[in-house]
Order: sequence, then C-alpha cells, then structure tokens
Amino acid sequence: MALFVDIEKKLGNFLLDVSFEADRDVLALLGASGCGKSMTLKCIAGIERPDSGRIVLDGRVLFDSDKRIDLPPQKRRVGYLFQQYALFPNMTVEQNVACGVRDKSDRPARAAEMIKMMHLEGTEKKKPAQLSGGQQQRVALARILVNDPEVLLLDEPFSALDAHLRFSLEQQVREVIESFGRTVLLVSHDRDEAFRIASHIAVMRDGRIETMGEKHEVFAAPLTVNGARLTGCKNITPARVLEDGRVLAEDWGLALAVSGETEGLTHIGIRMHDVAPCENENEENAALCAVVEEIENPFSVTVMLRPYEEAQGLVGMELPKETWAAVRAEKVLVRLPAEAIITLKE
Amino acid sequence: MDWFPLLNSLRIAVISTVIIFFAGIFAAYYIAKAPRLVKGVLDVILTMPLVLPPTVVGYLLLCLLGPRRPVGSFFLSAFGIKMTMTWWSAIFATSVVIFPLMYRTARGAFESFDETLAYSGRTLGLSNTFIFWRIRMPACRQGILAGTVLAFARALGEYGATSMIAGYTPGRTATISTTVYQLWRTDNDALAFKWVLVNMAISAVVLLAVNMLEKKQKRERSA
Repeated sequence: MALFVDIEKKLGNFLLDVSFEADRDVLALLGASGCGKSMTLKCIAGIERPDSGRIVLDGRVLFDSDKRIDLPPQKRRVGYLFQQYALFPNMTVEQNVACGVRDKSDRPARAAEMIKMMHLEGTEKKKPAQLSGGQQQRVALARILVNDPEVLLLDEPFSALDAHLRFSLEQQVREVIESFGRTVLLVSHDRDEAFRIASHIAVMRDGRIETMGEKHEVFAAPLTVNGARLTGCKNITPARVLEDGRVLAEDWGLALAVSGETEGLTHIGIRMHDVAPCENENEENAALCAVVEEIENPFSVTVMLRPYEEAQGLVGMELPKETWAAVRAEKVLVRLPAEAIITLKE
Repeated sequence: MDWFPLLNSLRIAVISTVIIFFAGIFAAYYIAKAPRLVKGVLDVILTMPLVLPPTVVGYLLLCLLGPRRPVGSFFLSAFGIKMTMTWWSAIFATSVVIFPLMYRTARGAFESFDETLAYSGRTLGLSNTFIFWRIRMPACRQGILAGTVLAFARALGEYGATSMIAGYTPGRTATISTTVYQLWRTDNDALAFKWVLVNMAISAVVLLAVNMLEKKQKRERSA
C-alpha cells in the first residue's frame, strides 16, 4: 500500500477517527462540509497534528504517536493543492514555481521547464492576481509537481470556480493525475466530480469513514443512508422487512420486492432515473401514482409522485422530456425495479 | 538657533523605532498564535503603555532604572553606567511608550494573513525563516509600515516619560518637546514658536506618509 493512514484527533466535540489505505491511484474522500475530510488531508500534510495514530507513505513513517515520530511538513514530500491555490501574491509566476524546486542549484532551469510543461509561457513575470482562475490553478499545480511529491492532496480543487470553468479545469487536473502515476487523495463534496476523477471512493460522515471501495461498487451499494445521499440518491425512505420477504417502504406505503440483501436494513432508496413508467400494473413493483409536481431540467423532467393518498413522502422520477410527454397524465403507472432498489442501514 | 534638540529627538526616535520594530513584530507574531487566555493576558499587559499617562510610565521606569533601584544600581556598580539622565535614557521611555503602537498594528496585519500561504510554503519544503521574511512579511508589509511610521511619530513627540528619566540638560538630553516646554517656561516665546513649527512640519510629513501608505494599500487590494 502506498499510503496508510490511521489517525484520531479530537477538536472540541468533534472526533476525527479515520483509517484507510490508498494505492497508487485516486481515492476520493466524499462528504458534506465539516465531516473532517480537509482535516484528514491537513494531518497527512503535517499542518495539523493528530492526537494519536500512524501515517506511512511508501514505507516512510510520517507520523507515529507511539514512536514519537512527527515529520515536519517540509520533509513529508506531500503535494497539497489548496482550495484557493495559495499562490504567493508578492511573487511572480516564475518565482512561485521556483519556490517548489527542492534542488537549489537547479532552480531557474527546472522552473522554466515546468512552466513550459504546464503551458504557462508568457505569464512568467506576472503576479497571481493578474492571472485567470485556470492559469492560477496551473501555476499551483506546476509549483507542486516541480516539488516532486510522493502523494498529491487535492482539497476541493474546483470549489472556487464558476460552473463553466469547472469542467475544463477538471480535465486539466485529470491529465496531471494520469501523468503523476502516484497516490492521489481528492477531497470533494461533489459526487459527480468524485466519480469522474477517482477510482476509489470513501464516504465520510462525522469524522468517520462509513463506506469505502471501488467507485462503481460504492455507487451501486452505498450501504448507509448518508452514503446514498452523498452519491446522489434522492428517494430514500425508512423501511422494514415483511413476512413474505418483501420490504415495506414506509414513507411511500409500498410493499416492494428487493433483490439486494435485506438483513438488518433500516431504509431503502432508489435513484430518480431508475424509476420508470410502465404499462402493466401486474408487473413487479408497479404502482399507480398521482403527479404532484413537474420540474423541468435543461434536458430532462423530474416528476414528483405520490404513490397513494396518505403517503408521507414523494417519489421522484427523472426521465427524458420525450418519454414524459408520451405518458403524461394526472396519474401514471410507474415501476421501481427490484434490482435498482438500494438497501440501506442508518 | 541650536539644532541639538532636533538631532537628539531624531536619534532617540530612530533608535527606539528600530528596536521596537523587531520587538513589536516578534511579540505580535508569537502572540497572534498563542492560546486565547495567554493572548488576552499578554495583550492587556503589552498594550498598557498606550493608555497609561506617560508620567506613570516614567515613574515605573525610574523605579527600575534609578541609581538606587535594582537594575539601575546593578549597572552602576558592575559597569559604572548610570541609566538615567543621559541622552540615551530617553530611548527606554520612548520604546516603552511606542511599543503598543507597533505591536498592535503588526498583530492586526498578522491576524489577517492567509495562513494557507504559510502551510503551502511548508509543504513545498520552504524553511520557516524564508516563509516569515519572504511571504508573511511582504503580505503584511503595508500594516507593518504604517505601524512603524506611527511609532516613529509618537517617539518624536514623547515628552512625559522622557522628561522624567532623561531630564532637560541643554546640549545633552534636550529633545524638541522638552525644549519647547523649557523655552515657554522661561518666557522665550519666540524660540519656542520656532520649535513648534519644526515639530508641526515633521508631524505633517509623517501623517502624509501614513496617508500615502493607506492609499497604496487600498489600490493594491482592489487591483
């Protein structure tokens, strides 16, 4: 394992208690703000000190509370990309990148080389404030890469940007990650971003890792209610197993067949795009629902459905505009496919 | 006109400003990082000279440095140096009085510094000394400069504590402010007025400098 982390840190009432291992690929820490994901990065970088635990990077012990090892950030060889990039405002692009070169005899040459590699020629003499958001990020990446780190820590790298810039910068970061070829940790609260960039995902909540694994597996079976929400599952209801093996979705008042493991479940969920109109009410998990609201998205429609009159919760269904136009009515017959229903624990 | 008081005032102000520049920044840097309780207590103690009457500062300094007092008698017996009534005794007085001005402006500047700049510097392997002088100080430059200029101006105008610890000896310890008082007291209004004009000219230059610094700061922020 390239990176091993097992740390504990108490901050007032908040307890950070995470342990994970990461290989030479991209692990995303996905969680709502305040769940401790940035604190985890800071502990790895040595900016914050855990109360106890161990951090090992490629066989080098960075932190070990038992052996009283606590390397300063300067010696950890960790590339930290901060949210606002943390470029030195009083220095030019050239000087900023040169700051990252560890071998002092080689500074100008190495910096120039990296500036060229990151397509920053022509900005050498400019100050960070004179650059666009995309260029600033490239300077920050150049400064980190020229430092030759053994792990990259990306702290919400796109949160400071407008939506239209975000995608092209994400591409830029993905290219850098691919050529980097070592361990990368990405902190994010955006499930799509995490899914696109990472190979593995750890879902965090209240200072702990709830679920962790290969990203397709994590998205297919988020296991916890929080994990399901963070991975974008909007239809979630408390549920219990009935005697006939089916599951009662309490907020919707529906008894549903479920193909997943039902042992110990407290909730079930289904993604909005997995709910679909159907024609035959005898099909498995079909329900006639009243249409409560139609929300138009740029390329699809979200339809909020009430499965029966007393139902406390609504089921959202997202479908292409044409499909909806074909079945549009006050009441529609929909199906919640058994294989799409996610069984969850609190 | 004997220009000694101007020379004496300037050298006292320059030396005490240089001392307090480093002492104030040092204190501000460490206290900005200190835990809340320590910060609160030290802040009160270090800011005290700003609100105390200068005569009280002078009195306290005499209690320490007077020839029969602990520090004063030690220097007198060990090195034969008298700590009071020399031109440089005034440096003690002005330093204590201007320290809070430097300390508070520097602390304000340090507290508004974006700490992630220092973090990123450290992860890049830059030494803490480099980070302090090449990243933190330049980022806080305007605030620290403004504090230095203000401290210098206040040092030039110091009267109360200075007159108690250095006294007024023409040609030896006289400063502009003690000279004005002495001339007025001895009915030499015309000469006193000349020194008042000198003093006002220096103050005007200092205030102009402070204003220019503030404008520059605003321009740089909006740029």
